[in-house]
Amino acid sequence: MSLKFRLASRNLFHDRLRFIATIVGIVFSIVLVTVQMGLYVGFGRMVTTMIDHAPADLWVMPLSTKCFEDPSLMDDRQRFRALAVNGVAEAAPLVIGFAQWRLPGGGTTPVFIVGSELRGLGLRPWDLVAGRVDDLSIPGAVAIDQSYFDRLGTSGLGATSEIRDQKVQVTAVTKGIRSFTTTPFAFTGLDRARAFTGISPDKASYFLVRVTPGSDVEGVRRRLQANLSDVEVLTTTEFRNRSRSFWLFGTGAGAALFAGALLGTIVGTVIVAQTLYSSTKDHLDEFATLRAIGSSGAYIYMVIIWQALLSAIIGFCGAAAIGAIVVKMTAESALPIVVTPALTIGLLVLTVVMCIASAIAAIVQVVRIDPALVFTR
Amino acid sequence: MTEAVLETVDVVRHLGHGAGEVQALKGVSLSLSGGELVLLMGPSGSGKTTLLSVMGCLMTPTRGIVRVRGRSTAGAGPEDLAKLRRDHIGFIFQSYHLFPTLTVEDNVRLALDVRGQRFRRAKIAARESLAMVGLAHKTKAFPIELSGGEQQRVAIARAIVGNASAILADEPTGALDTQNGQAIMTLLAQIAKDQSRGVLVVTHDPRILPFADRIVHIEDGRIVSEEPGERSKEQRVRRS
Repeated sequence: MSLKFRLASRNLFHDRLRFIATIVGIVFSIVLVTVQMGLYVGFGRMVTTMIDHAPADLWVMPLSTKCFEDPSLMDDRQRFRALAVNGVAEAAPLVIGFAQWRLPGGGTTPVFIVGSELRGLGLRPWDLVAGRVDDLSIPGAVAIDQSYFDRLGTSGLGATSEIRDQKVQVTAVTKGIRSFTTTPFAFTGLDRARAFTGISPDKASYFLVRVTPGSDVEGVRRRLQANLSDVEVLTTTEFRNRSRSFWLFGTGAGAALFAGALLGTIVGTVIVAQTLYSSTKDHLDEFATLRAIGSSGAYIYMVIIWQALLSAIIGFCGAAAIGAIVVKMTAESALPIVVTPALTIGLLVLTVVMCIASAIAAIVQVVRIDPALVFTR
Repeated sequence: MTEAVLETVDVVRHLGHGAGEVQALKGVSLSLSGGELVLLMGPSGSGKTTLLSVMGCLMTPTRGIVRVRGRSTAGAGPEDLAKLRRDHIGFIFQSYHLFPTLTVEDNVRLALDVRGQRFRRAKIAARESLAMVGLAHKTKAFPIELSGGEQQRVAIARAIVGNASAILADEPTGALDTQNGQAIMTLLAQIAKDQSRGVLVVTHDPRILPFADRIVHIEDGRIVSEEPGERSKEQRVRRS
């Protein structure tokens, strides 16, 4: 093993207090970035959860629809025009809208109704922990998420309430279908969704389109767009991106999360740079000795970069452990922090880049070393 | 003695800038040949350390020529000078300049590691070098566990492990008692017996005069005298 690594590790661990300060700085910084980016990913997923779970190839929607929750309406006749377009296998209406759920103790709380056909193409509840999708065909049946029981004042399966003066009964319970707006989703059949939201029977919020096997989705999209008026036709990916973009950047939420992540990175870089700089300063005699005995500049830089890398790896491991706890703790919350494998790799790369960038100040200091210093110290 | 391993010709070196600028060396010509131990003596501020730095390629001269094994260092950049140092020059310092966090063996191996020498070969060479200075039993010790004399012997082992042709020592006995000082100088004198190596020692210490082949006096940036040392006289007597 080259002594570069040994020198780096000994320099790093020699002053334990400084080493701990460095690691705490990196851990703090990376946990902050993890939380911000994890919230970003979690938020991004949550705002598109309905789009992700709808088995559609294309979405037909009113012009200028910004996101899934945008409650504009279209005439049902558009569906028949869509069905006439070559390459369209199915076109199913989807109705969304806010409604008031009557609480047992009096008063109401808003719910977000999602209504579609219970058979064929439709957006039906998933991850059921009680009841079945078929149970939604019972009059007044709705499916709600178990995380909203308290909010809705319901005891779960079989519980009853009222929406828009109409009796509802919980016939299915889901787990983990939460709304980032904190308004609970209530899944139901198409007709009851219209009844709960006051939407007339000839209107719909979206038409979910499935193309015939072997058809070119983009080609069908273009034909639909040409044949339908006052609507937009988007692929699932386009609609997902539009919704995500609206909620993350149209509202400033994403920018705030990125700003937090950037702040974390800056704080981490400054802390590591400061500690590496002071460590290098403390070992200046040693670096001058190395230079005097003939080491190249690159050899010394590698010692410093090894120090930075060691700090990065140890700091990242600490941050990953804390991050895992945070992810677990928020898994059941309204806005879970989601850390994907890609994000984990990104955070590792960020930690390494941050620590190596921090080494620049120390390297600049070493570049200026006069090897003749060894005779004067 | 053989050809010059280090040589300065009419070297001038200015230190400082502007009003604070001083001429530390004023046309110094000095050579160090293989197989000789030269003492460089002079009062404080006479230019001893500056001359040692220039000869050791740690500092470039303002004017004049420095040659390492006959090759001029003119125009050499910092990395070229570093290469010259690691290939040809070993240093011994008054305050040892060992790495406190490395073992004795690693301190010696460092001189080979900077040359990119492979671990196993470097380890064997470091142990041989430590054996030469009588520290074969202390390879795993840390510098703090050694006496001053032992630390200086580690520094000598580090200086010779790469087969440097010139060993430059700055007050190597300055921090040692008489007994340890004598032991260190005996070691340096032994090293200087090798015809491929020369040893230049900067010193104030008159106790080490008997070890010199040549004594050079420097004052105010100029070499004022050169005389044969005791060792040289003894050798001549032995030869006659």
